[in-house]
Amino acid sequence: MLCRTASNLFWMGRHLERAETAARLLDVGQRITLLPNTEAGYQNEWNSLLQASGTSALFADKYGEITQEKIEEFIFFDRDNPSSVVSCIEKAREAGRIVRTALTSQVWDALNVSYQELRKIEKTPRSRIDTANLTDFTTGHTSTVRGAINATQLRNDGWHFMNLGYGLERADATARLLDVKYFVLLPRIEFVGSGLDTYQWQVILRALSAHRAYHWAYGGDITAGRVADFLILNGESPRSLITSLYEGVWHLEGLAKRYGDKAPTTARDKSREVLEALQARDIDAIFDEGLHEFLSWFIAEIGVISMRVHEDYLLGGS
Amino acid sequence: MTYYNEMYEGKRVRDPYARLSDWVDTMPDDFRQMKQAEAEALFRRIGITFAVYGEGGDPDRLIPFDMMPRVFEQNEWRKLERGIKQRARALNAFLRDVYGRGEIIRAGRIPAKLVYQNDAYEKAVVGVIPPRGVYSHIIGIDLVRTAKDEFFVLEDNCRTPSGVSYMLENREIMMRMFPQLFRGNRIEPVDQYPDLLRRTLESVAPQKCEGRPTCVILTPGHFNSAYYEHSFLANLMGVELVEGADLFVDGEFVYARTTQGPKRIDVIYRRIDDPFLDPLCFRPDSLLGVPGLMDVYRSGGVSICSAPGAGVADDKAIYTFVPEMVRFYLGEEPILNNVQTWTLWKDDDYRYVMENLPDLVVKEVHGSGGYGMLVGPKSTSDEIEAFRAKIAADPSNYIAQPTLSLSTCPTFVEEGIAPRHVDLRPYCLCGDRIELVPGGLTRVALREGSLVVNSSQGGGVKDTWVLSE
Repeated sequence: MLCRTASNLFWMGRHLERAETAARLLDVGQRITLLPNTEAGYQNEWNSLLQASGTSALFADKYGEITQEKIEEFIFFDRDNPSSVVSCIEKAREAGRIVRTALTSQVWDALNVSYQELRKIEKTPRSRIDTANLTDFTTGHTSTVRGAINATQLRNDGWHFMNLGYGLERADATARLLDVKYFVLLPRIEFVGSGLDTYQWQVILRALSAHRAYHWAYGGDITAGRVADFLILNGESPRSLITSLYEGVWHLEGLAKRYGDKAPTTARDKSREVLEALQARDIDAIFDEGLHEFLSWFIAEIGVISMRVHEDYLLGGS
Repeated sequence: MTYYNEMYEGKRVRDPYARLSDWVDTMPDDFRQMKQAEAEALFRRIGITFAVYGEGGDPDRLIPFDMMPRVFEQNEWRKLERGIKQRARALNAFLRDVYGRGEIIRAGRIPAKLVYQNDAYEKAVVGVIPPRGVYSHIIGIDLVRTAKDEFFVLEDNCRTPSGVSYMLENREIMMRMFPQLFRGNRIEPVDQYPDLLRRTLESVAPQKCEGRPTCVILTPGHFNSAYYEHSFLANLMGVELVEGADLFVDGEFVYARTTQGPKRIDVIYRRIDDPFLDPLCFRPDSLLGVPGLMDVYRSGGVSICSAPGAGVADDKAIYTFVPEMVRFYLGEEPILNNVQTWTLWKDDDYRYVMENLPDLVVKEVHGSGGYGMLVGPKSTSDEIEAFRAKIAADPSNYIAQPTLSLSTCPTFVEEGIAPRHVDLRPYCLCGDRIELVPGGLTRVALREGSLVVNSSQGGGVKDTWVLSE
């Protein structure tokens, strides 16, 4: 497979996952503004969510004060925001167009239809769109693409690269979101039992589409330790750090097996090492170590793995 | 002026269109509109779009597709086929000759200046004979019809003719939307084209190639207006679509950068122009090509299709000599005629053309895509005078032809169905054999009365049928 093809498939996966993350942030932010007791605080909530996608400075420069309309414009439509839904779907579709020959017609069709529909939404007057439509639109279409990939793509190296992109992006997104809100998960005496802390944790779960799954997995009350455990170490949770990383490792193993000694395996080796380090911890150890320190470590390691993927496979052996 | 109508002779429907006539007559308006919308949705969905250079606007513009097919009878097609193959042979013989001993020039049949001082003549490949002596592997020959048995060649495209994806997709979409039409008519298939193209490319693998040749399509990239076609063909042929940066030269071969290290490439079907192929040999500022590619080519390590330098055969100035090439190299009389052409660097021709501008079509020698031309009868006197000044400034840059009465084919338009002018581009493949699929791309000028069929100038496309016996 051409390096350029592999690279585009990898980034196609990453951008599709990123589009979904953006849509989920929008949904959560919207929900916060609908609750009582947040009239003064919701701007802070929005701000922390923008920080999770690394775009709060960009927002402040371009739009200034936070309002619902501006946020919607920024997170969904704005092409100047590299993490907006429109930017990500456009980039994913562009990557797909470049490597059309590596995609089945169903995958291309799903991807192209998402983009064409997106352009229709862009032309619709904003007053006639509500936020729920935008998130449903995004998750609906990204799921269709995902489904087409699973149902129709050959299980070859291209498939591994796409899914590697998805996995690493998801690990990164979950870790960032947790990092922005890490202080909420730390037990603080003045909040215990006030209802505010539980509510904040729910927001995090919801941002990861995990609030119902959490109840299935743990039952009972929402506590900081369990929320963190669910999102970091629970192998059943689809967006947890461990699940996302595990999928990444699995696809890197697949590539290593397929290519034998024709390509280096430094990315695979590194990802194995990080996974083992993660498996060796429990949630108490993570809290002892410091949640923020732990997450910083993890985000940096994901960065190293991505870089090694580029070095091993995407630069070409000239 | 009366035009040959492909479907009707007076009120009578010509034989090949007999079944289509019922289909058109019984089609309700709302059904037609529904199907037209369906066709457009299909094109957009598949991603068949065409960006027009320098127009800005929608990058995902569609070429309008007309559902009314254009039909040839078997015997009409046989004659065209013979004529096209003959022309393709002559053009390749010419290229072999002018990069070799130049017999046709020594014999005084073609002026040396027109060949050797032509911009498309590549001095870098003089004396290099590509595998099987084939320079142009895909030749698109643009034809127009003026009467039942009168076809004229408007121009030859020996470099990298585009549009073949439309020939294939138009057929796919017609078969999907109107299967009953295909059951009732025996229409020769065209979908073997990608296989034939791959076989053609493999048949011209370089001598140093071992085992089954590895072919690739070299594209300028996804911003190119024909990118869809490049990826479409790569997909159907089962070969990689590469950009210049995916390839590199090491020693005497060209390699692709792959996830498993370098992979040797034997045949490159390039869709980029000569000047961009190799910055070390041609334009040093080109980022589209592969540094060192021409050295590998010259030493027989890789085949390039079409071969660098092939463009000298399809130049509008050389065009006038193609019938002469047929006689000179093949010893045959041309089956397909040229359109009468005045070359403005000759004094007599210049005088005649300047006196008759309102009746003529004038083209730039190196222009393409319907740009830089004057259609006399369709122009205002201001436009004609402006063009006259351009010609006077540089006469050798222009040729002129009579305004042809291009045939018309019924076409779906706003008001229903009406005749519109059409041309035809079949794609001839040259390798160890010369092949032509029964069909081609019919382009139609959608504006009433317009004679310009180029998609960049408001032209559309039709499915082209050849009926079997």
